[in-house]
Amino acid sequence: MALQEFIVEVIITNKEKARDPVGETIKRDLLAKKGYDMVSNVRSGQYLRFNLNTESEERAKNIVEDLLNKLRIYNPVTQNFRILKLQKES
Amino acid sequence: MSIKIAVIQFPGANCDLDTIHVLKDVMHIDVDLIWHNYFKESKYDGVILPGGFSFGDYLRSGIIAAHSPAIDEAKIMVKDGRPVIGICNGCQILAEAQFLPGAFLHNESLKFICKWINLKVENNNTAFSNKMNTGDVLALPIAHAEGRYFNDNVEELEENNQIVFRYSTEKGELTKDSNPNGSLANIAGICNLEQNCIGLMPHPERASEAIITPKRTTHGLLFFESIIEFIKRRIS
Repeated sequence: MALQEFIVEVIITNKEKARDPVGETIKRDLLAKKGYDMVSNVRSGQYLRFNLNTESEERAKNIVEDLLNKLRIYNPVTQNFRILKLQKES
Repeated sequence: MSIKIAVIQFPGANCDLDTIHVLKDVMHIDVDLIWHNYFKESKYDGVILPGGFSFGDYLRSGIIAAHSPAIDEAKIMVKDGRPVIGICNGCQILAEAQFLPGAFLHNESLKFICKWINLKVENNNTAFSNKMNTGDVLALPIAHAEGRYFNDNVEELEENNQIVFRYSTEKGELTKDSNPNGSLANIAGICNLEQNCIGLMPHPERASEAIITPKRTTHGLLFFESIIEFIKRRIS
């Protein structure tokens, strides 16, 4: 099967019980002061984008999940990760 | 009996030479500075991972260094009971390598904090605290941006005596104001179950000579003397 290029975008955030001072500061010192008091919570995170050549979309997803877990790209003690987007490179 | 200690140098380390200076010039201990790719555990009685910004702190402080071959070597030392010590960035590396429980997050203030703090000794049985008394309050500097200790299960740490040092007032009270970075339960230093692997955020190597400490204290020396004492007890 021919290899194709895929892009996998990942977002890593702190778990809810770990305080996120970046998000708290954006909400408290910027949004609340500028009239955006309808915003009840802001959480910050880390964005990673992987380009990889694999046989299929599913395989691309599995590889990225595998490397995130095995190499502790995210720290399971304090963080969660979520795959934001998975697409074939055009 | 000759004792030999290794200090590991990662790219971005900056407290390696201070640590070497205290061991070699102040305490007259045989010590080697070793580039992380070349470290072999068999020659050494103990190893110290010094402070700094290994691999630029990219991704998370300590995570890239935690995958270094030096950590595989250090793991052998942890398993056979030799002292494995992490100071500041070294402490973050040991947590990321899962030698120590929990993790270190960005300081609550989001600022890099560089100041003298008070440190209360909670457990004086470890390889990094046996020259102290439980309840002693020591003066040490901190210098970190990611020192906020976090763990899901602090009760378990307490039950197992894994909390070695906490931030406190000068009188040893554990207050919110004496906690510089928002660490869970004022935790500044932790150890593994066997108490031979210890990570500490403050810098004892910067507090070991009266000439460079604000109140002419040398509390930092107690930490390094504890390593030597631990090795002596272990060998004898």
